[in-house]
Amino acid sequence: MVHGTCNMQDLTPQDRIRNFAIIAHIDHGKSTLADRVLELTGALTQREMREQVLDTMELERERGITIKAQAVRVRWRGHELNLIDTPGHVDFTYEVSRSLQACEGALLVVDAAQGIEAQTLANAYLAIDGHLEIVPAVNKIDLPQADPEGASNELGELLGEAPDRVLRISAKTGEGVPEVLDAIIERIPPPAGDPDAPARALIFDSSYDQYRGVVAFVRVVDGRFETREPLRAMAQGTAFEAEELGVLSPAREPVASLGAGEVGYVITGLKDVSSLRVGDTLTSRRRPAEQPLPGYQDVKPMVFAGIFPTDSDDYPELRDALERLKLNDGSLSYEPETSQALGFGFRCGFLGLLHMEIVRERLEREFDLDLLITAPNVAYRATTRTGEAVEVHNPAEMPRELEQVEEPYVKASVIVPKDYVGVVMELANERRGSFDHLEYLSEERVLLTYELPLGEIVLDFYDQLKSRTRGYASFDYDLAGFKPGDLTRVDILVGGEQVDALSLIIHRDFAYDRGRQLVERLRKEIPRQMFDVPVQAAIGSRVIARETIKARRKDVLAKCYGGDITRKRKLLEKQKKGKKRMKQVGGVEVPQEAFLAVLNLDSERKR
Amino acid sequence: MGHVRHLYVHLPFCAHRCGYCDFVTVVGRGEQHGSYVDALLGELDLERAVLADTVETVFLGGGTPTFTDAAELARLLDQLPAAEELTVEANPETVTPELARLLRSGGVNRVSLGAQSFQPHLLHVLERRATPDEVRRAVAILRDAGFDNVSLDLVYGIPGQSPADLDRDLAEALALEPEHLSCYELEAKPGTRFTHAHGDELERQAEAMEGYFEQVVDTLTDGGYRWYETANFCLAGSRARGRDLRARHNLGYWRASDYLGIGVGAVSTISGERRRNAPGLARYVAALAAGARPPSELEAIDHETSGREKLMLGLRLDEPLAIADVASALDRSALSRLISRGLVDVSTNGRGEEIRLTRRGRFLGGGVTAELMA
Repeated sequence: MVHGTCNMQDLTPQDRIRNFAIIAHIDHGKSTLADRVLELTGALTQREMREQVLDTMELERERGITIKAQAVRVRWRGHELNLIDTPGHVDFTYEVSRSLQACEGALLVVDAAQGIEAQTLANAYLAIDGHLEIVPAVNKIDLPQADPEGASNELGELLGEAPDRVLRISAKTGEGVPEVLDAIIERIPPPAGDPDAPARALIFDSSYDQYRGVVAFVRVVDGRFETREPLRAMAQGTAFEAEELGVLSPAREPVASLGAGEVGYVITGLKDVSSLRVGDTLTSRRRPAEQPLPGYQDVKPMVFAGIFPTDSDDYPELRDALERLKLNDGSLSYEPETSQALGFGFRCGFLGLLHMEIVRERLEREFDLDLLITAPNVAYRATTRTGEAVEVHNPAEMPRELEQVEEPYVKASVIVPKDYVGVVMELANERRGSFDHLEYLSEERVLLTYELPLGEIVLDFYDQLKSRTRGYASFDYDLAGFKPGDLTRVDILVGGEQVDALSLIIHRDFAYDRGRQLVERLRKEIPRQMFDVPVQAAIGSRVIARETIKARRKDVLAKCYGGDITRKRKLLEKQKKGKKRMKQVGGVEVPQEAFLAVLNLDSERKR
Repeated sequence: MGHVRHLYVHLPFCAHRCGYCDFVTVVGRGEQHGSYVDALLGELDLERAVLADTVETVFLGGGTPTFTDAAELARLLDQLPAAEELTVEANPETVTPELARLLRSGGVNRVSLGAQSFQPHLLHVLERRATPDEVRRAVAILRDAGFDNVSLDLVYGIPGQSPADLDRDLAEALALEPEHLSCYELEAKPGTRFTHAHGDELERQAEAMEGYFEQVVDTLTDGGYRWYETANFCLAGSRARGRDLRARHNLGYWRASDYLGIGVGAVSTISGERRRNAPGLARYVAALAAGARPPSELEAIDHETSGREKLMLGLRLDEPLAIADVASALDRSALSRLISRGLVDVSTNGRGEEIRLTRRGRFLGGGVTAELMA
């Protein structure tokens, strides 16, 4: 890559800029559409086209350059179009909202065969709330099972638009895509913002380049930023120089300046990833702005889990990796946690289960870490008998003398074919849900809303929903505040010692069953030791379930003479190594699998 | 003159290879016995310098040493250095009055008899050729020839063996009043024909057979035997009439003494180096016929490794092990854990602190040793 040369093209007038995001359910064709846009606008030739450019994070890493395409600039009919990427997952409302804040409009894409899904609905509402202009499109009209008519009607109904305003396209064949670009120019307003005011830019994403430090992705709101300009992040106070300004098209392309309404990147040279936060406002130190832009709402993680390195020597690597991830995933939180059972690790907070899954996958794949993750739990608000209020992120830290515990609730929306309404209701009831609302979206599809404790859905609700509705249900939820519940803490004791990593908080009605399942499961997972090992589940000092892992009666190498000493020694050395990898709880070697036992209980319960 | 006081001689020939065997063995090939003994004596010549003036023990193992052509066996015995204990392994069906006389006149003073079991159906599973009567007859022949140190090998955990079967085997063995007994749990080693045929069956029986080791130890110690090594027992107390009937050659291994091994596949450990002769018979014989050392592989046993071996071997014995000798190999925190669990005992005497396994510790010796290793 050549970094030194600047693009001397004419500056685009503000009224010829359009900033937009694509909102779509997974598999509804967002990435394909993005590819087609890049191809059609000549940003990439067909030969340069890699499949789904916007989603290829790993590929970019392999190339050693940061072209993570959080925002791609393309040109269409004399206009500059900035496509800002949004994640399409249920947990990432927060991320979507921050992408949307950099846009004036959104392209809402719905699969012509599937219709609107719960998540699309949620994100569409976000865009509407953010006063974005929405351009609806029905995709995959080339598929034989497509129902463009039905999907257009559903979408029109949702947005209060005439169905003929809904574009019908095939991102795969390219049909209708030029019309999409035209509609973006016609329907989405150009960015407002004062080009003459002191410069302000919103950081909506960032990444880390090992040679050039933190790279911030910004939407300039007011004024103009120049290369080499001294800058300051207004909330954090971090000062630095804009080493390079540029746009992604989609490769990094340096520019001399970025003006109001534009979207681009800033190479900061900052080596400390925590020195620049997404949501902060950049301004110039030469002529600083008075007020920062409204930042993002600080979302609080609601799902927590302990993350521990399998090999305790990897703790520093895990810490660095989390720091890196935090850089472009502001919703991830973590703090050091010490578990007697699992050693040093971090208690991490996530927006939801999927977020947790993605973080785990990135830690393992991008940072090559071998991890052990405890069963997730939600945040609880506890009031002790002495009237002290504490927020609890780890069941093992739940005070025992409690006046009251509150747990987070969600408003869950499920969209499902009408034949499955019964099974969804059954599942929701099992999970302490209370029915809220039922609505026919079309003759076939029903939107159900329930109020559910978040704690009841973090383990496997989504899996259950999918399997009981044969994959037809789509699901999304919004946090709906805290409510008191009849919750109790169940501790697990192995060899008489409490295993902090296995404590759980659960509704009293389920405590006995769950405790029994868990100790049974652990009896099978923990290998026999050289002594009897009791495994107990207890509420406070009251044992509610108990199993015993019987001691081994013999464990010897039958014979050992001159010729065989090396082999026998190696056998024992290997055995010792295996022991070192196990986690010790009260002198009992507990294999790592045992800590995952909690995760699988629910699915067993159902079979 | 060297310092090595233990000599192992490998005689690989067998009439038949048993399914569970994983030693270097050669079936039949009577015509090769002469050239093999030549090779053995050639190797002994090459290595003689490492041996001490007085050799303490010589052990002829196999294979089936007593299957070796009688004249060749006699010639070999004649050429071996004199030793305080000279043991020969024998299969019962090979023991005849002639053989017994040959061994006696060759200086053999201890015979280790591979009885394995006294029950036809179990011997059949093991593919052993001797009948229970042949085992009893072999012991009688050895006694008649004047052997007063006879050891019997027993195997337990044979597929299909019930606790009552084991009781009967032990009773039969005790009735023969051997000076020494080796009792091994059958090891189904991966890759052997036996494991292929019986592996699944053994896995099914594993839990039922867990108590067999205790049954063996209880029965034999009740019968007046000393459980002096994990798998070895000798007459003790009044029944031993003042003799120490432990296998002195094997004690050498367990105390991590140096030893010279000659023969195909034989292993030596001398001054921090372990040498393993290659297993091929033809190449072994050819090399020595040419006056060269046989092909072998070397393994350096450094101080730490040697410490771990001393620990692993020493803890098999009922005698205490000086911590000073194994300090580098010992995980101290594991030691205190195991002491508190009643699996290891520590005592102090003139040599400083010593450890040994408790009775329960000995039943779990493998796991305990693995945990104790640093």
